[in-house]
Amino acid sequence: MLKDRTHGGVIYFDNAATSFPKPQCVTDAVIRYMTQIGANPGRSGHKMAIEAGQIVYKTRKSIATLFGLRNPMHVIFTSNATEALNLAIKGVLEKGDHAVTSSMEHNSTIRPLHEMEKDGTISLSIIQADKTGILDPQKIRRAITTKTKAIIINHASNVIGCIQPIREIGKICRESGIIFIVDCAQSAGVVPIDIDRDNIDILAFAGHKGLYGPTGTGGMVISDGFDFKRIKPLKYGGTGSFSDKIEQPDFLPDRFESGTLNVAGLNGLLAGSKYIQKREGGIERILEHKTELQNYFIQKAETFVKDFYCYSSSQLPSTSVIAFKINSYSVSETTQILSDRYGIMSRQGLHCSPLAHKTIGTFPEGTLRFGFSIFNKKEEIDLAVQALKSVSEGKRT
Amino acid sequence: MKAVILFHSTNHAIWAEDELKSNNIVCKMISVPRHLSSDCGYCVQIDTEDKEKATDILNTNKIEFEKIETL
Repeated sequence: MLKDRTHGGVIYFDNAATSFPKPQCVTDAVIRYMTQIGANPGRSGHKMAIEAGQIVYKTRKSIATLFGLRNPMHVIFTSNATEALNLAIKGVLEKGDHAVTSSMEHNSTIRPLHEMEKDGTISLSIIQADKTGILDPQKIRRAITTKTKAIIINHASNVIGCIQPIREIGKICRESGIIFIVDCAQSAGVVPIDIDRDNIDILAFAGHKGLYGPTGTGGMVISDGFDFKRIKPLKYGGTGSFSDKIEQPDFLPDRFESGTLNVAGLNGLLAGSKYIQKREGGIERILEHKTELQNYFIQKAETFVKDFYCYSSSQLPSTSVIAFKINSYSVSETTQILSDRYGIMSRQGLHCSPLAHKTIGTFPEGTLRFGFSIFNKKEEIDLAVQALKSVSEGKRT
Repeated sequence: MKAVILFHSTNHAIWAEDELKSNNIVCKMISVPRHLSSDCGYCVQIDTEDKEKATDILNTNKIEFEKIETL
């Protein structure tokens, strides 16, 4: 058995699914709301309701700052990035429209698009990335037709961690008057993003991965200059505004935020968002740190682990989401051994991204995946490499 | 003398409070007085003498508000 484990006796490398542990301030913030504030934001005028409303506002403002947005009302909270992507995709695309996406998308993008294609609402072009997962913006340009309304691209792969040239793709969208929707589920809090400079119209983010908030948090961010009335709401209902009317309000954020928000989660997200933005070196340093960890792992594993094969590149900046396998073992078997015998948490399979696995040549079996967080250390990677070495040599230590 | 700024959304009321305080306007969130609106949320109370300056700040930040009423 391995010694010196952290985080309650385990080594947690499943941060691409959700980050763990969370900073203590995140847990404290959730507890503070649950024990001291508790009220419904925007539904009454008492002191506790106002404080709950202030939490939601401060979280909006912190997320706006993170993405270089001026108007905090353009931050719309959803339960996760999947809901935000569904809202953006279904809200923007209409009968007869054409959409362009890529072979690196998560099912949160490809499934709503595929459903809309299947029921005859839209036509869809899926642009093939190369084996390293990177898209050629010129291929995207060539797929544009007179009916193309939106281009939807995954910023950082949840399978191999590669980062797409979104600024360049966004420029093509700007030049062609096409709406650019970016899935930032894996990149928010890891890769610096500026909604204006990166030419993004709408982005979706997860609150519980690189922003270290609780699960059940995420959102859609609309650029300051984008006409938000081009997006139809996904949900209709109570907003605490214009309660005398049965029409949905047409201003932000109420247009898209019906029903009581997850304020406990948002207070945690606020703490997480502030935590990473205040870290020395900011988001740039987080990306450097993750790239260092990724390269360290790949180099060590390639040296010591028999039959190790890695699909993520050590030559490019990365969100430290690493797809690999030990060729002599099935990925499910390796994951199980890592968890049961060594207390190392990883994820195996297709990671909800069948097209990405087809792109890198690992469909249908999939791969193992490690995803490092800001809290992971080289010592933990050393222990994991030692465990993988034992597995690859068939040892049952 | 006090005045209140009424908003269509409590989201905007809280945003306004933040911007007004950042610009050194003394303000307070209070329940919307029933004689002014049937809405059940909150509004921002300011000193009447700050009405003009507050209006400028709200307009500069493009914060939509319904009206300003002197109490």
